[in-house]
Amino acid sequence: MSAVRVLVGTRKGAFVLTADGKRERWEISGPHFAGWEMYHLKGSPVDPNRVYASQSSGWFGQLIQRSDDGGKTWAPMGNAFAYDGVPGMHQWYDGTLRPWEFKRVWHLEPSRTDPDTVYAGIEDAALFRSTDGAQSWHELAGLRGHGSGASWQPGAGGMCLHTILLDPRDPARMFVAISAAGAFRTDDEGATWRPVNRGLVSQGIPDSSAEVGHCVHRLAMHPARPNVLFMQKHWDVMRSDDAGDSWYEISGNLPTDFGFAIDVHAHEPDTIFVVPIKSDSEHFPLDGKLQVYRSRTGGNDWEALTSGLPQRDCYVNVLRDAMCVDQLDACGVYFGTTGGQVYASTDAGDHWNPIVRDLPAVLSVEVQTLP
Amino acid sequence: MIRVVLPTHLRTLARVLGEVHLELADAATQRTVLDTLEARFPMLRGTIRDRATQCRRPFVRFFACGEDLSHEAPDAPLPEKVASGAEPLLIVGAMAGG
Repeated sequence: MSAVRVLVGTRKGAFVLTADGKRERWEISGPHFAGWEMYHLKGSPVDPNRVYASQSSGWFGQLIQRSDDGGKTWAPMGNAFAYDGVPGMHQWYDGTLRPWEFKRVWHLEPSRTDPDTVYAGIEDAALFRSTDGAQSWHELAGLRGHGSGASWQPGAGGMCLHTILLDPRDPARMFVAISAAGAFRTDDEGATWRPVNRGLVSQGIPDSSAEVGHCVHRLAMHPARPNVLFMQKHWDVMRSDDAGDSWYEISGNLPTDFGFAIDVHAHEPDTIFVVPIKSDSEHFPLDGKLQVYRSRTGGNDWEALTSGLPQRDCYVNVLRDAMCVDQLDACGVYFGTTGGQVYASTDAGDHWNPIVRDLPAVLSVEVQTLP
Repeated sequence: MIRVVLPTHLRTLARVLGEVHLELADAATQRTVLDTLEARFPMLRGTIRDRATQCRRPFVRFFACGEDLSHEAPDAPLPEKVASGAEPLLIVGAMAGG
């Protein structure tokens, strides 16, 4: 019987939720690292017992933890994130220049082929790689050195590199996304990068063809079709059919196309999920109704999924790293809220149930499908 | 012997209970105490001092003998009672935020 392990990062610790393949009865473990902000936890696709976690606090800075037994025990790894060379300057909110300064790790992306290789997306935006199981970290400096780096500017949440997608067919190709710089692609294992933002339209950017400056909230990809990317931008849900070279809008009939999270069904590359949020100034669902929207057509035609979700007085948010899908035949979908609920669906979103209701604010949700 | 009291989160991280006792090779200063502490507990690197600048993190404070030593120079001698082990050096997470 297969099983699932859901890794939940919250404002005040990490939790590990496990169930068998039926996903009906859950065991809750945690809080791990109680009192710390756990931005992200993710397991290695090669060795599911290898789990990496980003642990931080405003008092004591950034730590990286690693588990080799599926989250039962942990050990601190290296936390020296030193920019390559002189860090240089980037734009601050007021248009002045400010030096690049390491603040925290937003996202950890383990390699698809090597359990000791893991990528870290950090604030101020940069991409780091470890090849020794997170003991030491080295910047892939070609990203910041692309040439546009000096014009990058933080979004409201900081200038964070929050999304890392590894192309399963081409190990040299990766995508990252940065708030509020945009999406970038490398085709040479991170040595050189180019922005892939053509077709994005963002209010407030005077030059509609600007190469960078777009507040990309999240990218998603189906591994069987890595040239097709989906994007939840600040406003607008977007799609690219050419690995980011060009984008077009697929917001269609969504009631609002602001949001953070987006993901793709495990077995249906054209089935995608978003959680519409009212607006950039009101980070909660429309009309107090928590609704996941699903498109089975790769965008534009969306249906509201509400069964089991609160349909009144709900004013939580779902953050960018807080939605995921499992690999079971009946695709499971999971998301966490800033109100501390983690919801699960075992039928691709038709019905939802809370696994837990009262965790600290959820920052990230990842799921591992176990044999 | 120098006595150091860590804040709760760092005691958990370092897996220690109560005070940490350190033998210093050099005169007792903030820098020599922290260098020795981090050598013995590498997981504390970056949690008290910024890894890049080696400056005290903004929400970490140093107290001893009823005095706030947070703004003392890193190489300034610590009070004699700390150097002799009569009083501990308190590393404190500032009361800020939630």
